[in-house]
Amino acid sequence: MLDAAILGAVLASIVAAATTLLLASLGELVAERAGTLNLGVEGMMVVGAAVGYATAYGTGSLILGAIAAVLAGVMLSLVFAVLAVWLATNQVASGLATTILGLGIAGLIGSPFVGTRLDGAPELRIAGLTDLPVIGEMLFGQDAFVYLSLLLLAGVAYGLSRTRAGLVLRAVGENPVAAHALGHPVRGIRTLAVMFGGACAGLAGAHLSLAYTPFWASDMTAGRGWIALALVVFSAWKPLWLLAGAYLFGAVSILQLHVQGFGLGVPSQLLSALPYIATVVALVAISALKRGQGAPAGLGVPFVPDR
Amino acid sequence: MRKILSMAVAIAAGFTLAGAGTPASAAEKLKIGFVYIGPVGDFGWTYQHDQGRKAVEKEFGDKVETTYVENVPEGPDAERVIEQLVRAGNKLIFTTSFGYMEPTLKVAKRYPKVFFEHATGYKRAANVSTYNSKFHEGRYILGQIAAKTSKTGTVGYIASFPIPEVISGINALMLGAQSVNPDMKVKIVWVNSWFDPAKEADAAKALIDQGADVISQHTDSPAAMQAAEARGVKAFGQASDMINFGPKAQLTSIIDNWAPYYIERTKAVLDGTWKSTDTWSGMKDGEVVMAPYTNMPDDVKAMAEKTEAAIKDGSLHPFKGPITNQKGELVVKEGAALSDKDILSMNWYVKGIDDKIPGQ
Repeated sequence: MLDAAILGAVLASIVAAATTLLLASLGELVAERAGTLNLGVEGMMVVGAAVGYATAYGTGSLILGAIAAVLAGVMLSLVFAVLAVWLATNQVASGLATTILGLGIAGLIGSPFVGTRLDGAPELRIAGLTDLPVIGEMLFGQDAFVYLSLLLLAGVAYGLSRTRAGLVLRAVGENPVAAHALGHPVRGIRTLAVMFGGACAGLAGAHLSLAYTPFWASDMTAGRGWIALALVVFSAWKPLWLLAGAYLFGAVSILQLHVQGFGLGVPSQLLSALPYIATVVALVAISALKRGQGAPAGLGVPFVPDR
Repeated sequence: MRKILSMAVAIAAGFTLAGAGTPASAAEKLKIGFVYIGPVGDFGWTYQHDQGRKAVEKEFGDKVETTYVENVPEGPDAERVIEQLVRAGNKLIFTTSFGYMEPTLKVAKRYPKVFFEHATGYKRAANVSTYNSKFHEGRYILGQIAAKTSKTGTVGYIASFPIPEVISGINALMLGAQSVNPDMKVKIVWVNSWFDPAKEADAAKALIDQGADVISQHTDSPAAMQAAEARGVKAFGQASDMINFGPKAQLTSIIDNWAPYYIERTKAVLDGTWKSTDTWSGMKDGEVVMAPYTNMPDDVKAMAEKTEAAIKDGSLHPFKGPITNQKGELVVKEGAALSDKDILSMNWYVKGIDDKIPGQ
């Protein structure tokens, strides 16, 4: 039933589908490790998608589009940072407001571009390698966002666990009071982490509007920002688990479509729910194993220096 | 304290008076409200309704004033939004999604002098009309074109939700395809969403990978068309003309054209001739429009045009007998055709569809 050609195409699709989620959740992971829960991922993504598309359409350059998307994500994340980090407001409410604001701004920015299209980011082609059976397209036939997401992941994984900056960031997330007592600028570090989250979310949005489905339509992120948030929990705040989680999500969402196409008679509603069932199962497993309940101790708690 | 309070009351009363004064001074204008399920920028269902709204503004100019509210969830929120539109002075309100049926009726009961128009529903009242389009007429033509165009003999179908409108669309496409090639196959993927571009693209790619070389969709974004273009296969657009997204891929598109209906109903209110009606228009009335037939040989185009003409003049009914269901039972006899009521409640597949309706 699954011949080599289909299998290769499925694997390539899984990696591509997982990339949006990986990018968005990677940024959120860093923000959360610094102790800020930013529920604005969906909003920052959709603003990135809109601004990235508008810029690429106007300038004809996908690279400028991607850069603009990153900057747009950072700008919106600063709105959240001012509220949640500096004014110490409730992080959940501020994050939700960021998402709602982002959806509105994106719709406004994108409205002149409805019905237009771009030539999306090209896919890598290396003669010989890309044509390898089964794994060729998956490994050597993706767009630049895919490779960039893996580089970022490696950077974050290394940075968090092996560098001094990563150690400080984690300290700020685990115990902001102690970090503050040691003289670390807690709010400054949290702001930088939130900005990194915004940059990654913006890039994830750009992946959608510049590569995956290269056009603009309002709300085109369709809830992927929320899945990214769930993935961070799923990964127990560990970058390598995040990679596994994102690819698992990608796999389930692509495979369920193929299962239907083959007419196996599994109810499609159940298949559509599978990624979410997988999240719940993983959460239960993580908590049952008593391992990796790795939520930073200071997550979601506003920090005010003079307390 | 009391002084401040009374001042506040006076100010509030002043605002209310000013607010009440505004519509009176512009009494000539008919205010029309639209309630949308999605964003106007979806380039699909809501986008087309908004095109209809713009057509009303263009047609009547200063005589009307339109407002719309987008992204309104079906349910209690819808009732609140409709009520607000009434209070803002709208005398004609279009609610453009199936799930607004009960909210529309509830508000309509409270405001008998306001006229309501509910799209795709089946419950009416003295001041509530319903309207819909016979999209299945277009899908019959798509089926014929697909059967002529496909080399693999398989058409892919991206379906949203297993409701009668979607199922009758699949059936109409299949009957059209079978009228050309009785062995035509359809592969169906349910995405359980009206609008999720990335998922629609994934579905299109999955169908193409599995051998479908013509893609049809009952979801709203142009993502599938773009995926078909990228993979070098053919596709049909949905709701809007998507030729821009598939210059080499698009065979045609079923375009929802609400403008004639919206203009007609607005005129009726202006003339004072509005009545509660049930309108189910199709190609004949210009409400279902086929985008230009492109990327196909001349003989296929001629066939499509002939079928379109036959549907318009009533000589061809997409659901004419004989029709057998999946179990092989004769559902529509030779010489008969399925009634509108039966099409609107369709929950079975015609013979030759190798799929199960989800949830059955």
